[in-house]
Amino acid sequence: MTTTEYIKPGDLSDLHYIMEEYKGRATVIAGGTNLIPEMRNGEKAPELLIDISDMAALSFIRENNGSIAIGAATTIAEMAASPILLDNSPILASAAKQLGNPLTRNRATLGGNLANASPCADTAPPLLALDASVEILSPGGKTRQVPLSKFFHGYKFTDLGKGEILTAITFPKPNDSTKGSHTKIGLRNAASICVASIAVALDMDGKTCRKARVAAGSVAPIPVRAYRVEKLLEGKEINAALLDECMTVVKAEISPISDIRGSLEYRTYVTAMILKRNIKRALKQEI
Amino acid sequence: MKTYPVEIKVNGEWQTAEVTARDTLLDLLRDRFGAFEVKNGCAQGDCGACTVILDHKAVNACLTLALQANGKNVTTLKGVGTPDHPHPLQQSFVEHGAIQCGFCTPGMVVSAKALLDNNPEPTRNEIREGISGNLCRCTGYNKIVEAIEDASLKREE
Repeated sequence: MTTTEYIKPGDLSDLHYIMEEYKGRATVIAGGTNLIPEMRNGEKAPELLIDISDMAALSFIRENNGSIAIGAATTIAEMAASPILLDNSPILASAAKQLGNPLTRNRATLGGNLANASPCADTAPPLLALDASVEILSPGGKTRQVPLSKFFHGYKFTDLGKGEILTAITFPKPNDSTKGSHTKIGLRNAASICVASIAVALDMDGKTCRKARVAAGSVAPIPVRAYRVEKLLEGKEINAALLDECMTVVKAEISPISDIRGSLEYRTYVTAMILKRNIKRALKQEI
Repeated sequence: MKTYPVEIKVNGEWQTAEVTARDTLLDLLRDRFGAFEVKNGCAQGDCGACTVILDHKAVNACLTLALQANGKNVTTLKGVGTPDHPHPLQQSFVEHGAIQCGFCTPGMVVSAKALLDNNPEPTRNEIREGISGNLCRCTGYNKIVEAIEDASLKREE
């Protein structure tokens, strides 16, 4: 077995320096809830672990200038209990509360959930619906922003290059006319892995949808936006006929697989169904 | 294999060891510190048998590196109470018959302790949610939930 080394940076300038110095052979560890079992199973054998789990500068939930920012090392439990998120983005708090179980939520971090780039990453669909961007620190100390919708390149494959680290997630504070809803379907309530999920955020002008964001999890190689459903909703009055159309269109936008947790057919059916329910629930109206 | 020193306060007593970067807190507690009350069930975060409280938060010791606990407080089952001075939760587990094979019990009691520390009067649903990271294959959970509920009410009196 190869030796694994360990460094715990003290602050952000330390982290800069270390990522620059060791780029290419460094693996970032925060909560470790994915990485530690992968190391144990022999799937991963990092040469060097950079431990950011206690880095205060990467652990925050802030609201300022109409924007909400969450540090990458913020735990999922902190997100689920955050008054800022419960007030401004309940769909994200809801997804955080349904991730794993209380023990894993106390360790797992937002940055890890996204950087791991699993199609079933619970926080991804609500963040896609909230138009979130990820902040990436590059070697040399430069920071770049990438829309989350461009961050996932493929199954477990992201925009992060060698020596880069995800530092924060930001999204515009939703205005009062934006209505949201989120559903995760699992095989049970507790500690479940997502079979299909939908998050919607609809900016409404009376009965007309001004702007729509619809995202789905576990039904494609990456968490995806349903762009055609969004287009279909925007500028229109939402009624029963439009909802039926959305259900047809979303089925063509996803590409689920069959696995031990659900068949392609089930995932397709349930995604369309929870899409309809979430739009109705967001608008809190009977249509 | 490169090793690193760690110093961890386990149930109120500082303990030191040399660990590798890959050693988990579970490896350290059982293999080096002899804390056999911390059970090794699945070693991948599914069963909760290795639950400990790390600086006020219940976590899976198998999903935490030993080095990530450096300088911190760890409470295991033995830190919750002893045979001579059992915690009300431990007493309640005995009285309610909430233990069958007993393998999940240390993790279950530690999770329940963390739950009551943060929420002294949980509802039944909050109790179920609070122990949802701890699997029990014997009891069907009802007696465990009753035991925790009873302990929470007792503490109030």
